[in-house]
Amino acid sequence: MTVGHLIKSFTLWEFVKAHWLTLKYFFKPKATINYPFEKNPLSPRFRGEHALRRYPNGEERCIACKLCEAICPAQAITIEAAPRADGSRRTTRYDIDMTKCIYCGFCQEACPVDAIVEGPNFEYATETREELLYDKAKLLANGDKWERAIAANLEADAPYR
Amino acid sequence: MTAFFQSLGMSHDWAWFVSTICGILLIALPLLLGVAMIIYADRKIWAAMALRRGPNVVGPFGLLQSFADGLKVFLQETIIPSAANKGIFLIAPVVTFTVALMAWAVIPFNSGAILSDINVGLLYVLAISSLGVYGTIMAGWASNSKYPFFSAMRASAQMISYEVSIGFILICVVLWAGTFNLNDIVKAQEGHVLGIFNGFAFNPLLFPMWVMFLISGMAETQRAPFDLTEAESELVAGYQTEYSSMAFAAYWLGEYANVLLMCALNATLFFGGWLPPLDIPILYLVPGFIWFLLKVLFFFFVFSWVKATVPRYRYDQLMRLGWKVFLPVSLLFVVIVSGYLMATGHFA
Repeated sequence: MTVGHLIKSFTLWEFVKAHWLTLKYFFKPKATINYPFEKNPLSPRFRGEHALRRYPNGEERCIACKLCEAICPAQAITIEAAPRADGSRRTTRYDIDMTKCIYCGFCQEACPVDAIVEGPNFEYATETREELLYDKAKLLANGDKWERAIAANLEADAPYR
Repeated sequence: MTAFFQSLGMSHDWAWFVSTICGILLIALPLLLGVAMIIYADRKIWAAMALRRGPNVVGPFGLLQSFADGLKVFLQETIIPSAANKGIFLIAPVVTFTVALMAWAVIPFNSGAILSDINVGLLYVLAISSLGVYGTIMAGWASNSKYPFFSAMRASAQMISYEVSIGFILICVVLWAGTFNLNDIVKAQEGHVLGIFNGFAFNPLLFPMWVMFLISGMAETQRAPFDLTEAESELVAGYQTEYSSMAFAAYWLGEYANVLLMCALNATLFFGGWLPPLDIPILYLVPGFIWFLLKVLFFFFVFSWVKATVPRYRYDQLMRLGWKVFLPVSLLFVVIVSGYLMATGHFA
């Protein structure tokens, strides 16, 4: 043990240095944002809450091909299909169990008509589990609500798909 | 105050009784409010040093956060484990909380503004701070659960270890001040160094004692980096593991009241209590109470600062520091200080 080491340990030099460092950090600007009032930018590829989209004329995009149901690794999607009155093939049931979903995005990759997408919304916490078992009406409502943001994101990502 | 109540037509005994009750309320109520705000300050300081924002939603700048937490805790159910010793389990937080408030009786807030001006004030503080460990031990024992039990064992060993060196440090102070009365100890610090600096900590012989007192105070109040009694990586939450609701809140408040007490002791014993830091007439225009409060807040900042900086000690390191570093060094300083005082004819 050298003299220098002794002096350092008796003057608590390491502690003084550490406290000087934390004091400097004390006056630095905060690294975190003021979350509910400020938000971080999201990538156009952000995979948030699901939505079922419609065509501009109001017709739902989904053609009940069940590719999303087949690829879903968590088996969170349940689809039942039947011909509609006009003879077109449509879903009679389109459920997503959001408690099972792992947000991998395979469903939107599998979809041939860009019907099921994962939108930019991530603030959909609920008070009960049942509210997280989404049905077709809820998903279509999400699509109507977030259509502008979703369309913009799809367009931004289009060159890379 | 006794004279005031006597003037209202009370007998002397009753006037004394009523004025003492008023004094207790005058200390305890602002103290509890102060503890709530100091918990908030602690979280804010800690957050700022980690580049976070800390509580900022409840009330302006989050100032009401502690009250929101208190209300939430108050509305929760008090759970008593079926294997627990019910009586002791419920008394333990009360003991911690009461003892944390008791020691404030002898702290001088201003010249003569002291609830109980006893001439063994410092001994009283030592005795009360030793009692504080009983709340922890009772909780650990009565919970009948292994982690609280380990925590209680740690707490008792830790507090005994550091009280020894705190005792020797205080002997140095008492030797120099020549009294055990806290009010007189503050007065003895007036112009202590070069006739300008008010405070024993500015004295080169007592400065190392102050550093050791600060560190021992952290160990004594089980603050980080010595919070081994509630080391969450090892002991869940230590002796508080089985507590919920108001019992838990009582521990929380008691702990911070103890920390504030340590800050007040630092200010009183080493930084001239209600005296301004420099013995300059113009500084005496500021009321002594304000100086005392500023010093307590400064020391609380130091406590939070240390908490945000230093990682938790290992238990053997804690014991090594207490018994193999602090005890010999403080003993040595008792010899040096008393020798110096004898040589300079301080006692003559």
